[in-house]
Amino acid sequence: MKLSCLKFKPIVFIVIFVLTTNVSFSKESDVQLLKPDWSFNGFFGKFDRASLQRGYQVYKEVCASCHSMSLLSYRNLAEKGGPEFTVEEVKAIASQFEVTDGPNNDGEMFQRSRKPSDRFASPYPNENASRSANGGAYPPDMSVLVKARPGGSDYIYSVLMGYEEKTPENIKLEEGVYYNKYMTGNKIRMASPLSEGVIEYTDGTKANQEQMAKDVVSFLTWAAEPHLEARKELGFKSVIYLLILTILVYLIKKKIWLRIEPKV
Amino acid sequence: MSSEKPNQQYKPVHTNKVGGSPYTGVTGWIDNRLPIIRMFKHEYLDFQVPKSLSYFWSFGGILTICLILLIVTGLSLGMHYKPDAKYAFDSVEKIMRDVNFGWLIRYAHMNLASFVFIALYLHIFRGLYYGSYKEPRQLMWLIGIVIFFLMMATAFLGYTLPWGQMSYWGATVITNLFSAIPLVGESVVTWLWGDYSVGDAALNRFYVLHWLIAFLIVGIVVFHVIALHIVGSNNPSGIEPKDTRDTVSFSPFTTSKDLVGMLVFLLIFVAVMMYAPNYLGHPDNYIPANPLVTPAHIVPEWYFLPFYAILRSIPDKLMGVIAMVSSIAILGLLPWLDFSKVRSSVFRPIWKQCVFLFVLDFFVLMYIGGAPADGIYLVIGRIGTAFWFAFFLILAPLVSLIEKPLPMPDSIHEFEEWKRQGKIKTIKLFNK
Repeated sequence: MKLSCLKFKPIVFIVIFVLTTNVSFSKESDVQLLKPDWSFNGFFGKFDRASLQRGYQVYKEVCASCHSMSLLSYRNLAEKGGPEFTVEEVKAIASQFEVTDGPNNDGEMFQRSRKPSDRFASPYPNENASRSANGGAYPPDMSVLVKARPGGSDYIYSVLMGYEEKTPENIKLEEGVYYNKYMTGNKIRMASPLSEGVIEYTDGTKANQEQMAKDVVSFLTWAAEPHLEARKELGFKSVIYLLILTILVYLIKKKIWLRIEPKV
Repeated sequence: MSSEKPNQQYKPVHTNKVGGSPYTGVTGWIDNRLPIIRMFKHEYLDFQVPKSLSYFWSFGGILTICLILLIVTGLSLGMHYKPDAKYAFDSVEKIMRDVNFGWLIRYAHMNLASFVFIALYLHIFRGLYYGSYKEPRQLMWLIGIVIFFLMMATAFLGYTLPWGQMSYWGATVITNLFSAIPLVGESVVTWLWGDYSVGDAALNRFYVLHWLIAFLIVGIVVFHVIALHIVGSNNPSGIEPKDTRDTVSFSPFTTSKDLVGMLVFLLIFVAVMMYAPNYLGHPDNYIPANPLVTPAHIVPEWYFLPFYAILRSIPDKLMGVIAMVSSIAILGLLPWLDFSKVRSSVFRPIWKQCVFLFVLDFFVLMYIGGAPADGIYLVIGRIGTAFWFAFFLILAPLVSLIEKPLPMPDSIHEFEEWKRQGKIKTIKLFNK
């Protein structure tokens, strides 16, 4: 076969390019991740506000006992494109947490309640404290966790849903280690965090495991990508704009070239 | 007193005279003193370009636009970024979260780094396929290879700046390559780091060098373009233009065609940047750098993968580094290794197949570069590496010697005529 009869069309190039650049070689990734129908996927993806607000509640009442989110401030919760709590609500949320401020005019450090401009409160003062409280494991900061894992939102969701009652027989677990179907390496030091009844949603939604996982992952996706909505909106506008411009310029080009290439 | 006669006659040190501008008024006044206006007209409006150029010739212009966009976005990022091991990661996240349209600027810069390499590889492919490296364009080709090296250096340095896990470990692996230098290797590495490991000192200088090399590239691109305007563009026929039937003026013909190419490229770039901004990156780089935890697979950015595969396919570290560097440097020998008088692969049936095999090899090596370096992958990587060098050292001279070129037209306008009659086939990026 002659290789040159391969038409070097852009689509061929793109396919080869995609195949060769983004192959995951971790042996553990044979399991198909769960892929819920996220509202933020697709060209016009938007977050579900109610889901983000519930997701924050799950984070605050469950995750935040071990995981920090050090890159977020309480004011972010009121910003456009996020959970969009009202400013009053954000003030109330922030004031539930204390922070050491200072030094004051007497040179003393003092405790005060947090303001919307303050960062999220961390459960532990430092990494060592966090490790010592969690049997040596470090619960990762969740600010950009969704972007830091292959599979993103689907992966985090799958891990939350991937705990199984029975551990497969060929897997030996040490003390304080749990089996997870989707976790890289199948071993995780976090016990299943979401079980029915662990929280009660303020908006009356039934808090089953699936619902909580979906809400909290939506929240984490927003936290990692707070401008996702603005990006997709601008993306759509710019693609349409460029498409029209390209067609117009192409027609102009054709007309110009007719000067030397008259139709036969 | 000033009435004293000078004992020497004044000789002007410059030979150019003020004047000679075809323009009048303010334009003429400026142009008489600084002839950039007539130069621009001469080089960019009236400049004669072969009429048979395909869309493959838009990548030079596309690369220029990419470079400008990279500098503009880089400048904006530099105003908010902190090259400090303690603050770098958070400062990038601050840009993404709190700076107005910071997410756009950062994603643009990050994805442009990938797209500039897509354009570059297509640009090099164009050169290989149509013999753009041959007499009289050898020097232009060599300057191009220098730009390629500098781009790789600045892309590597730029990738270290967000100070994520891949930044840190990539920097560690790549800078450690210098330790392969006999005798002084270890000292060279310590000197590069400014410390005994990759850390704050290294990050700070990487930032400075990232800037420096970006502007060096601009300077050398200017040489590349000056050389182009002396030797002129090659074209799909590989035949030099002979008279005005073979050429068109740069504007509006080439400019309008280049603009279409640029817009299509920009469209794809914007779509990727807006809808899959992290697709070409590695998730591990969103984990802050941690010298105590090594990632499971340290992989470079996709555009380095073929050369990374070559590095790893040689068991000896020093030889691996030499192989990797020479796999690119060897491109510079091509004008002399391929001594066929015919430029364009359109008329070179055997060489054409070789170039396609070379492209295939590039993709195979890219795949291998991202795979673990053992078992079957290592074997394929070694075959791919061997073919890479064989392409230059064996195939190029051999094919030049034995190949019988197809019958060729006498001029570009005849070439165009043959194309219309379907006598010859060229490769096209777009269907009409």
